[in-house]
Amino acid sequence: MAITRRQFITGEVGAGAAGAVGVALSQSPWQARGDDKTAATTTTVPTASSKGTLVLVTLYGGNDGLDTVIPFEDARYLGARGELGNFSDGGHPDGAVIPLADGLALHPALTGLKRLWDARQLAIVRGVGYPAPNRSHFVSMDIWQSGSTDGGSTTGWLGPWLDATGTDPLRAIAVGASVPRILRGEKASATAVPLGPFALPGTPALKAAFGSMQHPDGFDAPLAAAIARSGADLLTTGRTIADVVAGRPESEAGAANLEGVADGADRPGHTGELGEQLSLVARLIKADLPTTVYSVGLGGFDTHANEKAVHAQLLGQLDASITRFFADLEGDPHREGVVMVAYSEFGRRVAANASGGTDHGAAGPVLVAGPRVKGGTFYGDEPSLVDLDDGDLKHTTDFRSVYATVLEGIVGFDARRSLGGPYPRLDLL
Amino acid sequence: MAEEQGTQGRTTRSRIAHLYRRAGFGARPEELDAAAARGYRVTVDHLLDADATDPGVATMADPTFSKVFGDFMTVRRHRRHEASQMMLWWINRMIAATNPLPEKLTLFWHDHFATSLQKVGSPELMFRQNQLFRTMGAGRFEPLAQAVAKDAAMMVWLDSNSNKRESPNENFARELFELFTLGAGNYSEADVKAAARAFTGWRVSPRTQQFAFAPRLHDGDAKVLFGETGSFGGDDVVRLVTGRPECARFVTAQLWSHFARPVTPDDPLVAELTDAFTPELDVRALLRAMFLHPEFDSASTRTGLVKQPIEYVAGALRALGRRAEGVDLLRALRQLDQEPFVPPSVGGWPANGYWISTASSLGRMRFAEAVARDADLTPVASVSRRARPEAVAHLLSVDGWGATTTRALEKVADEPRSLLTLALVAPEYVLA
Repeated sequence: MAITRRQFITGEVGAGAAGAVGVALSQSPWQARGDDKTAATTTTVPTASSKGTLVLVTLYGGNDGLDTVIPFEDARYLGARGELGNFSDGGHPDGAVIPLADGLALHPALTGLKRLWDARQLAIVRGVGYPAPNRSHFVSMDIWQSGSTDGGSTTGWLGPWLDATGTDPLRAIAVGASVPRILRGEKASATAVPLGPFALPGTPALKAAFGSMQHPDGFDAPLAAAIARSGADLLTTGRTIADVVAGRPESEAGAANLEGVADGADRPGHTGELGEQLSLVARLIKADLPTTVYSVGLGGFDTHANEKAVHAQLLGQLDASITRFFADLEGDPHREGVVMVAYSEFGRRVAANASGGTDHGAAGPVLVAGPRVKGGTFYGDEPSLVDLDDGDLKHTTDFRSVYATVLEGIVGFDARRSLGGPYPRLDLL
Repeated sequence: MAEEQGTQGRTTRSRIAHLYRRAGFGARPEELDAAAARGYRVTVDHLLDADATDPGVATMADPTFSKVFGDFMTVRRHRRHEASQMMLWWINRMIAATNPLPEKLTLFWHDHFATSLQKVGSPELMFRQNQLFRTMGAGRFEPLAQAVAKDAAMMVWLDSNSNKRESPNENFARELFELFTLGAGNYSEADVKAAARAFTGWRVSPRTQQFAFAPRLHDGDAKVLFGETGSFGGDDVVRLVTGRPECARFVTAQLWSHFARPVTPDDPLVAELTDAFTPELDVRALLRAMFLHPEFDSASTRTGLVKQPIEYVAGALRALGRRAEGVDLLRALRQLDQEPFVPPSVGGWPANGYWISTASSLGRMRFAEAVARDADLTPVASVSRRARPEAVAHLLSVDGWGATTTRALEKVADEPRSLLTLALVAPEYVLA
């Protein structure tokens, strides 16, 4: 079945959460007084069944797994990668690879992840993918985010959980200006919290009038109702979040958009946009929000050319951001329950291309980090470099096993309701 | 002149207001009055008029670009400045053009052949691509696709300039098929590989920053593409792929999705419209068929599209007689998650649901409040309190407000600035 770009990306179904407007007087900047109070938000508290906090990190573009978790001694890898696989001293700006076990090493930029590995708080799931891999960014990301290889779904693998757990818009937060498919259900979706200031402007009368306009039932057209629904969620979440976010300066990372990855190049340990997002997530976690799932992301992994420099910068940013995130949570009681999962829509081809890069591939590693994680170990088999699927790695672990593991272990939701079938859990929590 | 009655008895003025929202960035009341007097069909003809030089932008200077030498930070600051100027320039064209369709169409092609300054680096190359869309965007699709394939910004973006015989780079071939011409599922991996080989030898000359061909890097051997065998080069690939029936349907669906409402290529309506597009793949002919199709003015079309942030911002500034200037406008667009020349990926910008979130509600409110702060409120302040909701609808060329919005607007009728702000974030205005 052909999936058009718009079908994949639109997420028409489930736009906006079902959150009702619970308007009340408060001392916060969010003084929106409606003249009528529609039913207050229901009291279903999803966190009652959740066992922690899941932080999903999406790496957009197809992260090169073989350049992240490196089979550095394998002659076939070295032969296929040429210059890309050359990490001898002087051959790579950050130095030599960081050996772990099983003939695998971390990319030189991942020094923070090595410390997590040594502290047994980082698990690496190898060879994660799905049958009949698709090499389109959009189709493959659709598969990863929907949790289905059928292509029929327009909702995310956490959609069923969102739809089943009441209407509190804060139970899932996507950092940024929009909500990725992962966190869209048929009826409900996560709240998008942007970086930058989070205060509603205007006079008290304007804020009150704004509040009174946000009634989804008052609009016939579905899109108009969805706009009103988002407005209503903005009010309810704003009252909770505004104080946490107050005083945050506008993200400098936004201004860096124009020059892209190069921004990280001259500043080692620069956390960039991902660092900003995770910094916000850390603050929200410490503020004791009823949030079970957070979503953040980092783009730029589509390294068809000049991969050595680009990938090193990206992994450096990833490493610094994750390290900073867990450091930010040091001393906070919520830290124990935080589990981070970093994934990408596919890995890349085994052989390098002629542009110093790699083309779209298939299976790749998934990183799972957190105090509860049974870390310092690999899960799943390392894909064979001999038995390839038309030049690509064959997957050894189905991505839905990772989802099943975190659905049951952290979110507290029956994985079969999300994934439409049982998938073997990984024993990493 | 008797008013033409559209579907469901809509007035000419209402139909033309809708036309200008979709084919442009909305029309001011006086523009609507003039167009309504001419009638709907004549207005469509005017919009599609290829030859007229637009008085609104005739005196607008193009952005300038210069080379700056120095350290990394100096060069970066210079490029950032040029890029910002170019973004403002384009928004100002959208606002100032008497005939907005060329700019709206340029925005469509920018989304369709999405290329990002973030990787291309050079604002000047992005400007050249933008001009390409402007000059060729209403003509035939095949020449446009040929020109885009050889556009320097596109070549840098999708690695066409480093695609060599001994190790072909599939990036451009794949996205050409999947996103620009056929859609997923209408080609095979073998086709992608063959096309990648056909495009080998293409490069951007470092000296001229233009397309150049390097024969010794080109794989001139026979390839099998869509079942045909030949020693195809890149031009052949574009010719073959644009000639496939799936291409006509796919591009038709993309255009209807952007100007009317989202639709998939297998929709029966697309088959109908494709008739106007084929065999020449003449974009102007297709647009005419679209704007004159009864479905264009249907309720589901009218309420079926959310304004993208660039359209929203340009439309609001246009309605209020403002120009795009200053860093604040670009910051507002960044908060709304859509900056021109910086699409999130080669897939361009998503539609509808993507632009509806708590974050976008906040972003729109902040923009609206800022814009209302400096606006001329006379059209609203000069009428009685009771007439103000209607007055702001007229100012923004909105047909009218529903009951919920009307009640909300009445609450701030004493504060014309707040009234205008609220109107700018009303769902009726946020819809395209």
